[in-house]
Amino acid sequence: MAQLTIEKLPKEEYYMPGNALCAGCGESLAMRLALKVLGWKTVVVTVPGCMSVALIQGASAVPLLVGPFASGGALLSGVETAMEAKGIKDVNVVAFIGDGGTADIGLQALSAMVERDHNVIYICLDNEAYMNTGGQRSGATPFKAATTTTPGIGLGGKLQPKKDIPLIMADHGTPYVATASIGLPLDYMEKIRKAMRIRGSKYIQVLCPCPVGWGFHESKTVEFARLAVATRIWPLYEVEKGRLKITYEPKEPKPVKEYLRTQRRFDHLTGEDLAKLQELVDRGWMELKLRSLLSEERGGYKPCL
Amino acid sequence: MPVSKFIDGNAAAAYGVKLCRPDVVCAYPITPQTPIVEYIAEFIAKGELSSKYLTIEGEHSAMMATVAAASAGVRTFTATSAQGLAYMQEGLFYAAGSRLPIVMAVVNRSMGPPWTILAGHDDTIAQRDTGWMQVYCENGQEILDTVIQSYKIAEDRRVLVPIMVCFEGFVISHCYEQVIIPDQEEIDDFLPLYDPPYKLDVKDPLILTTFAVPAYWMGYKKKHEEALEAAKKVIVETENEYAGRFGRSYGGLFQAYRCEDAEAVILTMGSLARTTKAVVDRFRELGFRLGLVKLKTFRPFPGAELKPLLEKMKVVGVLERNYSVGGCGGAVFSELRSALYNLEDGPLILDFIAGMGGQDITPSEIEAVAKKTVKVAQAERVERETEWLLGGIA
Repeated sequence: MAQLTIEKLPKEEYYMPGNALCAGCGESLAMRLALKVLGWKTVVVTVPGCMSVALIQGASAVPLLVGPFASGGALLSGVETAMEAKGIKDVNVVAFIGDGGTADIGLQALSAMVERDHNVIYICLDNEAYMNTGGQRSGATPFKAATTTTPGIGLGGKLQPKKDIPLIMADHGTPYVATASIGLPLDYMEKIRKAMRIRGSKYIQVLCPCPVGWGFHESKTVEFARLAVATRIWPLYEVEKGRLKITYEPKEPKPVKEYLRTQRRFDHLTGEDLAKLQELVDRGWMELKLRSLLSEERGGYKPCL
Repeated sequence: MPVSKFIDGNAAAAYGVKLCRPDVVCAYPITPQTPIVEYIAEFIAKGELSSKYLTIEGEHSAMMATVAAASAGVRTFTATSAQGLAYMQEGLFYAAGSRLPIVMAVVNRSMGPPWTILAGHDDTIAQRDTGWMQVYCENGQEILDTVIQSYKIAEDRRVLVPIMVCFEGFVISHCYEQVIIPDQEEIDDFLPLYDPPYKLDVKDPLILTTFAVPAYWMGYKKKHEEALEAAKKVIVETENEYAGRFGRSYGGLFQAYRCEDAEAVILTMGSLARTTKAVVDRFRELGFRLGLVKLKTFRPFPGAELKPLLEKMKVVGVLERNYSVGGCGGAVFSELRSALYNLEDGPLILDFIAGMGGQDITPSEIEAVAKKTVKVAQAERVERETEWLLGGIA
């Protein structure tokens, strides 16, 4: 299969303009690019969130089903099972669900779906908080980030680190897990193409910066999506049956403060906080490197009977 | 050839499902429903049923995966009980609001706490406003026949509403009886293949479970109400067709027993109807003009259809396995009284609350209910509207 290039992207659009999402929305970009790769033979499911608001207003040009907040994994499982019962084999069954619907209320359904290994693609549109309800903390909100329920002033932002759903999914023995960023669209789309070729459950978590919730100008969405990768705060990797491979390694990683200092949600950080966050990011990267080295040597997959 | 098998109520449900050949079965175990999911798994494992079996991880997901499968345009089945049904509740609204003809067996069990795994109609009654149809069964044969009829009723284009086939835990679900299993060919002839008007289809992309602005939202609900009204007709039609083909009838909406010249009736649902029949027979021998009404369909509630029968009565004694705490008695009583309220010379109505949490209802207790009902018919005056039958612990 030929490598994707920006010039050669399919011209067809399956994510329609004129919907209610904000200017500079990272999720909109993620959705549009994904559907270009997935094509018209795709059924989309979603649950309440920013994306569902756009899709039910008519932004989806492919068949769409919306279910309750906790039901993402169950919707995928049900649609896929029905397709199998009907003998339909050439349709992508794909979820686009936010980080709250994934890391918090929908985790049971997602975990069980992956354990049953349904042949589906679950794409988590990660904007790191409940942005559709005005920006409350989710399990995927990063350490120290201010949200409307974890105020920066007084509390100092979120007290706990981000829940690491991609690695949790990887440790389910999921056939394919990947992280992606809309700032590196070709890497993101190649990962979706790869997911389409693999049988079983696929999980992709794509970082979608949110100008409103994170507090930056709407023209800077892609810039922040790139900066998250360049600072190693959001490393790009893929895990196949437990084998982890880093897919993009910043040559000269930028200091995390370049990413943090320019977002309103991190306004309250002290110099000490910045140092602590830099240390955590460095340690996280080391762990990933170690795991990728072990994967090369030993295969990295721990079978469980 | 139809065969007769000695099976329990859960197996009767499973055999009914098997004959309807759903494309997807998706269920999660809970006592006393568990044997249904096991029987169906066995049918599939043995190659007797070709359904895809989705072994789901909980009831919320069970209902939503069933909704998703039904949205993709296939015939579905699920089953649950009590706490599981409550855990599904959000999905119950989705199924009904999406107008998906899902058939679900609910093995009735009282809602904890206090903890119990035994019978009570309080679990399904609590879900009466979710927009589902609800039918209640008395024995294994009725369960099997009702499951088959339910697919035809729910999938009818005039209806397209999901349906709960309800029967009491243990007293029916685990009670073995002789049940006639109809021939597959006869059922295939009775029940057409499911042909949904809308589905998830890449060649005809639709946005399902869409959103409605205020100008339309209530219109959807009105349509839903009209579908349940239409369902009354479809239920009776289907019952009559089934009776014609298979020779068994349960009245469709309700069944009247020895009501022709009755001045008082006991109205009840499910297994209690059986014991009450025997009590009615005994009272008839003693010269009392007592009858029985077995309410089979609770949603849609056949208020208008019951009127011509009940307006002639002096008293209706409702005997029911549920109670609305802090309300005006049990749900059947409240709805029946509401339906009959505008009658000029309607019957007096009494409410007897019994049999929740698995409490055994013996013939002598139903005799006491009959005695009180008959007494009120003579006195033409109600002293106590609602009475709790608490057995020995009053």
